[in-house]
Amino acid sequence: MKILVAVKQVSVLDDEFEMRDDGRDVDEDFFEKDLNEFDHFAVEEALLIKEASGGEAEVVIVTVGDDDADDALRTALAKGAERGVRVWDDSLVDADSVTIAKVLAKVVEREDPDMVFTGAQSVDFGHAATGMALAGLLGWPHAAVVSKLDFKPGDENATIHRELEGGLEEIMSVTCPAVLSIQLGINQPRYASLRGIRQARQKPVDELDLSDLGLSAETVKAASRVRRMYAPERGQAEIIEGSVAEQAARLAEIVKELRGA
Amino acid sequence: MAEILVVAGQRDGVLHPATLEAVAAARTVKTGGDSLAVVIISADPDGLAGALSVEGVDEVITVKAGSNDFQPELVEAVVVALAQAREPSLIATAHSVDAWSFAPSAAVMLGSGFASDVLALKSEGSDLIATRAGYAEKVLVDLEFPGRETTLLTIRTNVFEPAGGSSMPKLTAMDAPACETSLNHLGWKEPADAGGIDIPGSDFILSIGRGVSDEGNVEQFLELADEMGATLGCSRPVADNGWLAKARQVGQSGQLAANCRLYIAMGISGSVQHQWGMKHIENIVAVNTDPEASIFSIARYGIVGDMFEIAEELENHF
Ligand SMILES: Cc1cc2nc3c(=O)[nH]c(=O)nc-3n(C[C@H](O)[C@H](O)[C@H](O)COP(=O)(O)OP(=O)(O)OC[C@H]3O[C@@H](n4cnc5c(N)ncnc54)[C@H](O)[C@@H]3O)c2cc1C
Repeated sequence: MKILVAVKQVSVLDDEFEMRDDGRDVDEDFFEKDLNEFDHFAVEEALLIKEASGGEAEVVIVTVGDDDADDALRTALAKGAERGVRVWDDSLVDADSVTIAKVLAKVVEREDPDMVFTGAQSVDFGHAATGMALAGLLGWPHAAVVSKLDFKPGDENATIHRELEGGLEEIMSVTCPAVLSIQLGINQPRYASLRGIRQARQKPVDELDLSDLGLSAETVKAASRVRRMYAPERGQAEIIEGSVAEQAARLAEIVKELRGA
Repeated sequence: MAEILVVAGQRDGVLHPATLEAVAAARTVKTGGDSLAVVIISADPDGLAGALSVEGVDEVITVKAGSNDFQPELVEAVVVALAQAREPSLIATAHSVDAWSFAPSAAVMLGSGFASDVLALKSEGSDLIATRAGYAEKVLVDLEFPGRETTLLTIRTNVFEPAGGSSMPKLTAMDAPACETSLNHLGWKEPADAGGIDIPGSDFILSIGRGVSDEGNVEQFLELADEMGATLGCSRPVADNGWLAKARQVGQSGQLAANCRLYIAMGISGSVQHQWGMKHIENIVAVNTDPEASIFSIARYGIVGDMFEIAEELENHF
């Protein structure tokens, strides 16, 4: 029994940033990289299933990303996953969710897992698309924004809660194997122990390129292309300047004016 | 002459209101000769056709399903069948949680262009350009879809004014395509009782986000809100961590601050899901250490600074 969790190394912008010369992305110097917040929950859910089954399941982490993304992969391995797969190819620099899903579909074929989890979305772009595009390519059952999961190795069906607008949840059963995108709050993700972090460095990671998966730049063509990236026009926010005391005094005044007090 | 297809949403037989926003978005790229069709899948689709007969809609396609249950595979099969038969240039649907389940999968089945959470679209010559946000709403991105005959877009909610007016669309009944469905509806779970906390009814909300950083820091904001006469609200991580009741959470999966006139957001970055519950408010004050936080782009007043320092000083005024 195997659970495959697809994770992403996300880019967090510094407080100040500049665009790249071609105007199609932010200059790399202005990023910090991190494991996507949502993916912590997806990894945790897989580990909980493994532990509840007495270790009967193997948790494999996959990411599509360059050398940098190894950090995100190791972060997930440090929490207790068995091993990793990292796919990279220079032709993937402009990958969108659909391209990533096409790569992941080949990894799923290769790994033959019983369940696939992704985060519900990534915190940098919020496409909320990779997991469900993957399911579409595989022809697998799928559900997005899963906020509760009841599944143990060998189950033919999982019971899930799908979190809808307004906090309403729909309880459903889904045939396995399935692709589920995991929502914040489904569990309390653990932090890796120091021992876990040390062990993670030694854990096996398969490094693959497109040809290892029988793919080429042409077969993983993106479904969109960035024409231009730019800073949005700022709203009309009036910035309150001054010392902290002055700022607070002005804010108090605004409150009192608006409250008619 | 091109075809545009809008995929309507319904829950329990009630039309998803954002469907009319997706119609409005689609209309922005509709030109004279184009025809716009809306497809609705439900147990009683004819009953919803009236609500879909808004300005700009030329055709309503009704698909009668066995129930009102959401079945992503059925929606995908309908979209694929219609796209193959009609070759629409654009397929639009609201960026609802249901669409998160079916839109990316339908797009890869079609091999179409795809973008999600789109907040503006336009045509440049024969090219469709879709705009969405990136890097935690700090940048905008214009996307193009080279070489794609069809592009599927999910439209950010609460951006487009819902399509109104009326039209006399042609009604077309379509048989539900055969497909395997692997999800079964078992029931609903309503959000927990609010326990007297009233975010929707409150006219003044002080709201705290992840910037509060620790459970032990929350109490002082409860007290401050009380002194100021505000209801304390929060962003999702604060509720998910159990630091405040879920009923205080503002946003898409929490509460809509429907009657609020003054909203002070402290340590909240301004994610689209948080904005869902508050961006309509006339007077938003943002307090954030990050001058680029997207919350400033919807605020009327901003303080670039530390929420704890500001809070401490504020106490002297109430
Ligand atoms: C389907 C779905 C539904 C969702 N529903 C909701 C919802 O209903 N409501 C909701 O809020 N979110 C919701 N989310 C989550 C949302 O995507 C974000 O994760 C969340 O809104 C982030 O909360 P935040 O702004 O508090 O945290 P962050 O984005 O981490 O922002 C924290 C901010 O605090 C600032 N900060 C840090 N320290 C200080 C300080 N000392 N003083 C001042 N500022 C400081 C930082 O600069 C930063 O801007 C949903 C997500 C999904 C996928």
